[in-house]
Amino acid sequence: MHRGGGSPSAAANYLLCTNCRKVLRKDKRIRVSQPLTRGPSAFIPEKEVVQANTVDERTNFLVEEYSTSGRLDNITQVMSLHTQYLESFLRSQFYMLRMDGPLPLPHRHYIAIMAAARHQCSYLINMHVDEFLKTGGIAEWLNGLEYVPQRLKNLNEINKLLAHRPWLITKEHIQKLVKTGENNWSLPELVHAVVLLAHYHALASFVFGSGINPERDPEISNGFRLISVNNFCVCDLANDNNIENASLTGSNFGIVDSLSELEALMDRMKRLQGEREDEEASQEEMTTRFEKEKKESLFVVSGDTFHSFPHSDFEDDMIITSDVSRYIEDPGFGYEDFARRGEEHLPTFRAQDYTWENHGFSLVNRLYSDIGHLLDEKFRMVYNLTYNTMAAHEDVDTTTLRRALFNYVHCMFGIRYDDYDYGEVNQLLERSLKVYIKTVTCYPERTTKRMYDSYWRQFKHSEKVHVNLLLMEARMQAELLYALRAITRHLT
Amino acid sequence: MEKMSRVSTALGGGALTGRTMHCHLDAPANAISVCRDAAQVVVAGRSIFKIYAIEDEQFVEKLNLRVGRKPSLNLSCADVVWHQMDENLLATAATNGVVVTWNLGRPSRNKQDQLFTEHKRTVNKVCFHPTEAHVLLSGSQDGFMKCFDLRRKDSVSTFSGQSESVRDVQFSIRDYFTFASTFENGNVQLWDIRRPDRCERMFTAHNGPVFCCDWHPEDRGWLATGGRDKMVKVWDMTTHRAKEVHCVQTIASVARVKWRPECRHHLATCSMMVDHNIYVWDVRRPFVPAAMFEEHRDVTTGIAWRHPHDPSFLLSGSKDSTLCQHLFRDASQPVERANPEGLCYGLFGDLAFAAKESLVATESGRKPYAGDRRHPIFFKRKLDPSEPFVGLASSALSVFEIEPGSGSMSWFVDTAERYALAGRPLAELCDHNAKVARELGRNQVAQTWTMLRIIYCSPGLASATNLNHSVGKGSSCGLPLMNSFNLKDMAPGLGSETRLDRSKGDTRSDTVLLDSSATLLTNEDNEETEGSDVPADYLLGDVEGEEDELYLLEPEHAHAEEPEYVLPQEAFPLRHEIVDTPPGPEHLQDKADSPHVSGSEADAASMVPVDSSFSLISVSHALYDSRLPPDFFSALVCDMLRFYAEQGDVQMAVSVLIVLGERVRKDIDEQTQEHWYTSYIDLLQRFCLWNVSNQVVKLSTSRAISCLNQASTTLHVNCSHCKRPMSSRGWVCDRCHRCASMCAVCHHVVKGLFVWCQGCSHGGHLQHIMKWLEGSSHCPAGCGHLCEYS
Repeated sequence: MHRGGGSPSAAANYLLCTNCRKVLRKDKRIRVSQPLTRGPSAFIPEKEVVQANTVDERTNFLVEEYSTSGRLDNITQVMSLHTQYLESFLRSQFYMLRMDGPLPLPHRHYIAIMAAARHQCSYLINMHVDEFLKTGGIAEWLNGLEYVPQRLKNLNEINKLLAHRPWLITKEHIQKLVKTGENNWSLPELVHAVVLLAHYHALASFVFGSGINPERDPEISNGFRLISVNNFCVCDLANDNNIENASLTGSNFGIVDSLSELEALMDRMKRLQGEREDEEASQEEMTTRFEKEKKESLFVVSGDTFHSFPHSDFEDDMIITSDVSRYIEDPGFGYEDFARRGEEHLPTFRAQDYTWENHGFSLVNRLYSDIGHLLDEKFRMVYNLTYNTMAAHEDVDTTTLRRALFNYVHCMFGIRYDDYDYGEVNQLLERSLKVYIKTVTCYPERTTKRMYDSYWRQFKHSEKVHVNLLLMEARMQAELLYALRAITRHLT
Repeated sequence: MEKMSRVSTALGGGALTGRTMHCHLDAPANAISVCRDAAQVVVAGRSIFKIYAIEDEQFVEKLNLRVGRKPSLNLSCADVVWHQMDENLLATAATNGVVVTWNLGRPSRNKQDQLFTEHKRTVNKVCFHPTEAHVLLSGSQDGFMKCFDLRRKDSVSTFSGQSESVRDVQFSIRDYFTFASTFENGNVQLWDIRRPDRCERMFTAHNGPVFCCDWHPEDRGWLATGGRDKMVKVWDMTTHRAKEVHCVQTIASVARVKWRPECRHHLATCSMMVDHNIYVWDVRRPFVPAAMFEEHRDVTTGIAWRHPHDPSFLLSGSKDSTLCQHLFRDASQPVERANPEGLCYGLFGDLAFAAKESLVATESGRKPYAGDRRHPIFFKRKLDPSEPFVGLASSALSVFEIEPGSGSMSWFVDTAERYALAGRPLAELCDHNAKVARELGRNQVAQTWTMLRIIYCSPGLASATNLNHSVGKGSSCGLPLMNSFNLKDMAPGLGSETRLDRSKGDTRSDTVLLDSSATLLTNEDNEETEGSDVPADYLLGDVEGEEDELYLLEPEHAHAEEPEYVLPQEAFPLRHEIVDTPPGPEHLQDKADSPHVSGSEADAASMVPVDSSFSLISVSHALYDSRLPPDFFSALVCDMLRFYAEQGDVQMAVSVLIVLGERVRKDIDEQTQEHWYTSYIDLLQRFCLWNVSNQVVKLSTSRAISCLNQASTTLHVNCSHCKRPMSSRGWVCDRCHRCASMCAVCHHVVKGLFVWCQGCSHGGHLQHIMKWLEGSSHCPAGCGHLCEYS
């Protein structure tokens, strides 16, 4: 019971979940404690992040070099737990926002705002509202989509699909945008926009997935900032706001349980890596496994069933979202399980037929030069990033685990790898993790601290951030693949 | 049996027959491979696996290998290969990582022979040993290559690339034990099949994945690789280090590369994305494909030469679900459509010009144009008669060098620096500028300034003396004024003739008219002479002479004077050399009409005659002492300015514009003015004349120009202690909370103008530093540096 609306009341900048609200209504005297975590993330104790930061001069250097805002924002701080990755992330982000590209600077930020608004990510919106104004954007546009030129507004459809159901993008959408006319997009512009959209959808996943706090010192409000709202209820934070606390209050059984969980996971990984041939699944079996995983992801409803409340249940909520929704149309459009769409049975995306390395890269780099290399490096980096550790264990080959995470995200977007046994996903990813993955990639705005804490209890925070990075990049790649495939089809 | 006989004929007399044709497949193809009898081709894809017989007129489906009720992923082929020794043996690589072999000799419907499930990821490539019947090699996305002996159940050896995915594996055709593998990270490795522990050799071939490679069928050492970086490279592997011998730049990432049989330097490529054509390149001519096949509507995924000894049949499969046979003679040849002419400027004003040889040859009867002063250099590559290039399209290239010194733009710099543009009365400005121009030997310009002065400042008073000064044989002012205008319009740079001419005609007003019409005539003559194309003429001799390297043609005719200098003197038969004008560098540029030209062009342009369409009507009456208002001339002055700008001397146009200010500004449209200003400022900045350019910007009346000074005036400062940018205020650092800029004299924070020494970087309040340095020459901070304040 987490996604809650409500007045940004006593609990400064934190939403109250419906549960708490009920309690609050009953008992007006209840005291709402201030959120206990400060620092860049609501999920991760400040000292974890800060500790890593002080060690790292490299991060500061990177921020100076590539940050658009010129300071160490919370995202960067959390990402700096993985400096190697941070570099390629900042570089590609800097390139798409600041360097030569087909789109004018304010447009880029506006597109970022549109993308973030699909997930009601006020953190990113605020950040880019500032940047938008700084780069000379027209303030009037910030009043909502009705105020922007038709050309930008046309991007709305693709933004919506890309964010929630990228598999629905067809070459007709592309044709509509690029066909000659008053408001047409050139292909390079469109590719730039698509890259930006995908980047910010995915980044919104990271922001929610890692519980990024609003920037502590927002500059003087320019009137367009949204009230910074975190979607975590104070009860999340108060209940078990840091890991020590959790393990103390959570029964001893919990520790034992999670310890053995970890051992078991490592065991399974080893088994998968070691002997694979002994039980060779038949092809039919493999196909069914993928289908099963796809279907199963259906039932991995994010968090609790409360989320399926119709919108009317969140009337208070609407006040907040309406603030965001001025940047989007059709706010009700959300992720729909790929497996569920019975009526219009779209074929599964065969990863081997349109890969990033072979096809996506070539197209993107052709139309928006050099971004391909940067994205390529970033994907490669995140896919190969490993410290060979798992929780307290060292010298672990985490390849299978990372691949399972990556492919599971793609699976939810209907992308299938012929050479992957989706049975592995089932063995490696526990249910609570699947819930978390699904929430973060499909409905990031519903992520709660409880979800974040409930999986992999023994793991370090930096490892969970690593998971978030994987999820973010996998999602970005999936969106890009669909969009680029549509563009390719339009071209041929 | 019948098949066998066909093979023998094919091998024997090269008697392959067929035509360009295609057939529709049911599904996109991923790869194709040809049987060694050259009569069958296998097509494999995600949902297709068929064998077609290649007949003379069409493809005929012979066998569908995709059998079974439920198509399994094992049949989803990424690659297929037909054994070159055994025509019953095929192997496929499946996207799920399985390697399957097929035996066409099996009596049952299902021809599947063996199944190797050792790879964990997609298998990208399979390859049979060229001579060994049972050896099969596979390369997979998981980074491993495996060698299978078909007589055994599992792999004989595994090779680990120690890096990312393997994209291609190819047995060397000549070298029994060697194979090459290419990787996603851009590396190429060479392995000995007997030594699975480590590769023999490794080098980085491409930036980004290497999608394909192919050994040269004849030349033992050559390996062609194609990568995502849109390049095909040919490596010589016989040397100690792999040496890149050829490089072909394509327009899209290269998916497949195949050497063309019997043509040592030819290879065929197709691309992974966007580009659907198949190209055949001559690697020695890497810029234009030798042949191009344009049949496919979607990307080509597989290419194969039909027979290893026949260079004219190419087969291809594509994502557009077609299988094609291309005949080389039906290929389109981009060379035919190539534009063999080209023109380019070098950094220092050299000019290279290429023209089709045939074009040049037709003009061979014409004699070389005598007026050229430059040293032309000609190159011509000697053609190898054995090459198919001959007669296709080759261009003769000629390069014109600038005569040393002639490209010098010192006059421009001097003029820019010394001109006075404002701050004095108009008359003085004009006099000053005229003097400057004269001193630099630009008499024409000097004249113009003098004229302007006469027009706009009290005509008749000081003019006589001035003209005497400039003309030498000065006389009354009205007449020469006219005259010089005419002539100037005609041919700039003719200072001396003009003068002489005028001095002769100054007594009679009608001479002026006569004279000017004469000028017109001569000008027309000039144009005729000019019509012959300079470089083309030069080329002729060389096209015939087969010299190998570039050689220099001595400029024998270089000293003949240009006809355009031989201007209007009927009365004055003698032509004398003009020494005071720098020769212009380029003739080809003489039609340049934009004032936005580099300095040397401007120079060149100012030498050549203009079209004689100038109207002289307005000056047909004598103007002796008539007090015509300056307005009367404004049209003329504007024409004059335009003329200068057209000629490339935008400096003059802008200078006059500034000096005259309101007097002419209204007569020239804003846009033109802006154009002139930007051109001039651009030129000034190229010569690093920042001060002058700034002055021009300041003095310009055009709004668009004067705002140039107001753009990007922000100065970013870093803190002197922590070296970080100071974002909010310029004098205190947010990070280290220290005041960054202290005055070295009063030791207070400087919040306004901060001046500092560029030598020792100490500084402070402007006033303080000024005062300090009046009294002392040492740095106020006591560092011992001798600071200067200027």
